Amino acid sequence: MAKKITAPLTPETVKDLRAGDSVLISGTIYTGRDLAHKRLTDSLKAGEKLPFDLAGAVIYYVGPSPAKPGQVIGSAGPTTSYRMDAYSPLLMEKGLRGMIGKGNRTQPVLDAMKKHGAVYFAAVGGAAALIARTIKAAKVIAYDDLGTEAVRELKVEDFPAIVINDMYGGDLYEQGVAKYRRE
Amino acid sequence: MKEIQFDRIKDAVAKLCIDANCLLGDDIVQAFKDGLKTEESPAGKDILNQLLDNEQIARKEMMPICQDTGWAVVWLKLGSGVRVQGGELYDAIHQGVAKGYKDGFLRKSIVKDPLRRENTKDNTPAIIYTDIVPGDGLEITVQPKGGGSENMSEVKMLSASDGAEGIKKFVVDRVARSKANPCPPVIVGVGIGGTFEKCAMLAKHSLLREIGSVHPDPFYAEMEKELLERVNKLGIGPQGLGGRVTALAVFVEAFPCHIATMPCAVNINCHAARHRSVTL
Repeated sequence: MAKKITAPLTPETVKDLRAGDSVLISGTIYTGRDLAHKRLTDSLKAGEKLPFDLAGAVIYYVGPSPAKPGQVIGSAGPTTSYRMDAYSPLLMEKGLRGMIGKGNRTQPVLDAMKKHGAVYFAAVGGAAALIARTIKAAKVIAYDDLGTEAVRELKVEDFPAIVINDMYGGDLYEQGVAKYRRE
Repeated sequence: MKEIQFDRIKDAVAKLCIDANCLLGDDIVQAFKDGLKTEESPAGKDILNQLLDNEQIARKEMMPICQDTGWAVVWLKLGSGVRVQGGELYDAIHQGVAKGYKDGFLRKSIVKDPLRRENTKDNTPAIIYTDIVPGDGLEITVQPKGGGSENMSEVKMLSASDGAEGIKKFVVDRVARSKANPCPPVIVGVGIGGTFEKCAMLAKHSLLREIGSVHPDPFYAEMEKELLERVNKLGIGPQGLGGRVTALAVFVEAFPCHIATMPCAVNINCHAARHRSVTL
């Protein structure tokens, strides 16, 4: 049974999540991928204000396809997360509490998740038309010049994801693969 | 000599880009269904069912299966008796890609320069490979290739002394190291032989094969079968959550080789293995 959670995340919500939990996320999340992450961290280092409040925020690693007339957003599945690893620890230090993507994270990110109390979710890569149905509103709020890589504010309802890494060091990828590996 | 109009080629390429990105091949859909029978992991089964649902939505609404609508890799078999009327062949391909990605609301994912990274905004240039063949036909294949799985690909220059087992170890290890990143269940394209760049092209080209097809050379048919079994023992499973179905297929293409070399390339494709062809 999936846990229903609300974004931005409270510390209590993050504490309650464990690797392997299925969740349905409702509320406000932000999109950001490679170039947006570089700009966000450059802004933080320069002491500038970010285009959204990082406190409890969830960033979804996605570059959606364009919306057709009448659509809120085009196809919108996750991109591979490790490319954001160079930037994620600083964002967590400044308040980021949730990341949605796909694929394995590196140790500095896992360490920062434990230190700051954050969680990493996977959405189903390639299920991009299905996921788009849970996105009810989308608005570019920064870096419009980046096209698909711009930062968007998304209103989501029951966005399906699974907890890969929790704040206690749990790792669903490690657990799952160990269970099914045959020598 | 047969004349083919520039606009006919351009429009055909545009349609191939849209169809390839929105309509998943029957062989892949069947492979998902077959995967449901062999997958032991409940999470893995759930993922395969979601991919089947996703394919239906994309088909019905003509929206992309995946938001990464890829590099437009275009393979041409150009009959030596064909002449293009009204413009240059490659211009027709590039313009067709731009039209398809605009008209189909496909994502523009190409940057002008690898380091300065400014988007070209129309998904061009296309990557074009041309074979000149006898006859007066033009076969065009569009193979949109996603970036996430491309990143898990690799070329290795092995030695003849490494033998078949050296090749197999490299292929299985490359999939193992890719873990959850390339959107498993994957299709593994393997090129063996040729030069450094030729073997990478063989690997990419092998990804056009239909799932379920058997290699015409029994030696490589057996190698493909063994590689698929070994890859599916890794336990990675759908989306890397653990399971039996890590790959849907392994395809090998081999080519003559220099006496000093034995290059091998592994080109990983995500489960959205898209390609469409037309002959004009």
